[in-house]
Amino acid sequence: MPEPTPLLKMTGIQKRFPGVVALNNVDFRVNAGEIHALMGQNGAGKSTLIKVLTGVHTRDAGEILVDGKPFSARSPGHAQELGVSTVYQEVNLIPSLSVAENLFLGRQPLRLGQLDWGTLTKRAETAVQRLDLNIDVSRRLSTYPIAIQQMVAIARALDVSARLLILDEPTSSLDAAEVSRLFTLMRRLKADGIGIIFITHFLGQVYEISDRITVLRNGGLVGEWPTADLPPMRLVEQMLGLDASQLPEHKQKTQRLIEERRKPFFRAAGLGRKGAVEPFDLEVREGEVLGLAGLLGSGRTEVARLLFGADRADSGTCEVDGRSLRLASPRDAIRARFAFCPEDRKTEGLIPQLSVRENIVLALQAARGWYRRLSRKHQNELADRFIHSMQIATPDAEQAVNNLSGGNQQKVIVARWLASDPRLLILDEPTRGIDVGSKAEIQRLAMELAEAGKAVLLISSELEEISRCSTRVAVLRDRKMIAELDGGEVSEQEIMQTIASGHGSGDEPTA
Amino acid sequence: MSRQPETKQKQRGGIPLFWPLAALALLLLYNAVFTQDFLTLTIRNGQLYGSLVDILNRGAPIMLVAIGMTLVISTRGVDLSVGAVIAISGAIAAWLIVAHDTPPALVILLTLLGAALCGIWNGALVAFLDIQPIVATLILMVAGRGIAQLITQGQILTFRDPVINFIAGGSLFYLPFSVTIVVVTLALTAVLMRWTALGLFIESVGANEPAARLAGVNTTFVKVFVYTFCGICAGIAGLIAVSNISGADSNNAGLNAELDGILATVIGGTSLNGGRFFLVGSIVGALIIQTLTTTILSSDVPPHYTLVVKSVVVLAVCLLQSDAMQASIRRLATKGGAA
Repeated sequence: MPEPTPLLKMTGIQKRFPGVVALNNVDFRVNAGEIHALMGQNGAGKSTLIKVLTGVHTRDAGEILVDGKPFSARSPGHAQELGVSTVYQEVNLIPSLSVAENLFLGRQPLRLGQLDWGTLTKRAETAVQRLDLNIDVSRRLSTYPIAIQQMVAIARALDVSARLLILDEPTSSLDAAEVSRLFTLMRRLKADGIGIIFITHFLGQVYEISDRITVLRNGGLVGEWPTADLPPMRLVEQMLGLDASQLPEHKQKTQRLIEERRKPFFRAAGLGRKGAVEPFDLEVREGEVLGLAGLLGSGRTEVARLLFGADRADSGTCEVDGRSLRLASPRDAIRARFAFCPEDRKTEGLIPQLSVRENIVLALQAARGWYRRLSRKHQNELADRFIHSMQIATPDAEQAVNNLSGGNQQKVIVARWLASDPRLLILDEPTRGIDVGSKAEIQRLAMELAEAGKAVLLISSELEEISRCSTRVAVLRDRKMIAELDGGEVSEQEIMQTIASGHGSGDEPTA
Repeated sequence: MSRQPETKQKQRGGIPLFWPLAALALLLLYNAVFTQDFLTLTIRNGQLYGSLVDILNRGAPIMLVAIGMTLVISTRGVDLSVGAVIAISGAIAAWLIVAHDTPPALVILLTLLGAALCGIWNGALVAFLDIQPIVATLILMVAGRGIAQLITQGQILTFRDPVINFIAGGSLFYLPFSVTIVVVTLALTAVLMRWTALGLFIESVGANEPAARLAGVNTTFVKVFVYTFCGICAGIAGLIAVSNISGADSNNAGLNAELDGILATVIGGTSLNGGRFFLVGSIVGALIIQTLTTTILSSDVPPHYTLVVKSVVVLAVCLLQSDAMQASIRRLATKGGAA
């Protein structure tokens, strides 16, 4: 079968940043009239590739051809003029201007040096009607929901005569009806011969809409497949870099069998928040490490934030020890003796400038209130105890916490919560970006805490970590809790199958 | 991010008072040499007189405002309304005395209560409505003098009251009584900050508010508290202002006090980006500003240059604090070192 000349052909793309190779010899092509899913974990190189294409970054090596002709954009604006437009998750338009003005911003029709409103409105109406979008173009953009704003952004891109449209996580903030509307539009554009690069975390959507899939991992190309030839299971394998068929049948798990099944002390029923995670049920028992698995963007962090009251749930109820619990703020959760080490250590965990000691005592002090200050002696004892027991590498307790390495900073935050003696400790990606030694210590700590009767909720992108540490695993996909895998036998393979298949009955291997 | 600036920060953190004290010493030295009789002190009627005492006395309102402002700025906020609050509290005090013949103790209490309410208003806008501090306090800054004039019905109320007049005019331990007020306020604040956990909470809210909230700190309470406290400090400054002229001048009382308070705080080492605060530093900052003003007034420079000179100092301090500036200075230094 003769290959048509691809609309976009990128070959041997190299991009280095100081200290890292962001893209290593990546090939990527998109045909006209094709929806091409670009897949990969965070840091796989998806956005760098797009930025090289649209002129945000300059490539170190490689060739880009559009319609067989060399293509070199100086900036995203320039790329747009050349027919390559990007529409981001956050709409890059001006909310306070009208739809029509947004459509023609920077290239307004003029008459005698004045803005020609008549022509502007007429052309804007044509542009939105092309997309079957029946909206009043004279209204302010901000009066429309995000989905419409996004379509206006697409309309703008198309009006600049786009041949290739890049949709970067366009569906993250849309509800189901809006997504299907966007997909209808995408299919129309495809029929018109426009090539679409579709970047998303939602596996279901990839299979619903895309024709082909390219997978990147750690800045390298893993491969390109027609969507029909790559079952979800294999796609997840390719993204994570694991081969399910080669995993040992029975992992040598630490044998911490749950002999007597303790009663759950915490129950959430129908807990959910629109746009974050669909209503879910969850039980937590003392003495267990409950893993929360799922790809990035599947709603793991959102679940944790609801459980900790960091975000307010708009549906569902919670109870602790049979008594109902209102989780309107972190302080409510802390009163129930919950603790939460957030995913983003720097922005949500550490108090920079303050010392290791102050960071460690903060949660306990906050729980006591401002007037019952912990004595300095007590504070020093606490700090010293955790610095020793968790082997936090710091010259002394008075060191400013931002002078510590990532792993030690993470330990400080874990110590902050241990000092408050929690019943439920939520660890969101506790080992990401920290050194191997600290990683093993934090994993061991999670298991030890569970043995000591605490409940640990462990969120991790690394299936290996989840499967090694957890006694039970809840699996999320596309913002929905889809399954609970039980017992001491939760294998990476099993988790992966569940994520890929999208439902809980992943007993028979499909790969 | 490189490690170097962090270590530098830490070293500087060890001696936070060094630069402000050096600047103050420099100013005093200049005056000792060029201003006549600057260091001369005389005792009359059981009180010391001289330029140095003058600086302390006239600087008292700025020092008080700076104490409150320091806590607000530490939470990454700012309070532009302190000058207006000084006018309001002055108006309340004068009105209570003139119109109602209120006993002095009650005057002081009610005035401070009024100032506290102003602070609560600011704090509520910032904490509950999540309005940016600069905008939230701008409202009272603009409205405040109008409110003060409503209270005094557009007049400059004058009075004679031995207790209220003593606040600025009396003397204790050979020094103006206002100095005692500053010392006591500073001491009480320091005790409140370090003997309770308020200091820790304030600094954690300023250094990283989302993290403080997730750690269980009641960020709403902390914010309302600092603005209320700042209001009370402005109220005390307002009492000194009315006492000084035995009357309430709604148009001129506390004029530019917010500017002086912010400047004193920043010179004292508390960053506008929030976090660690330095109360004593702010006091030194206020003294620098007052010395600067006195220096200009006692030199041949026309007095309207005061604001220009002050603004040059603000600019210099802001430049020194900016990361971009520090980075380029470092680059220049390393280039120079390599060459």
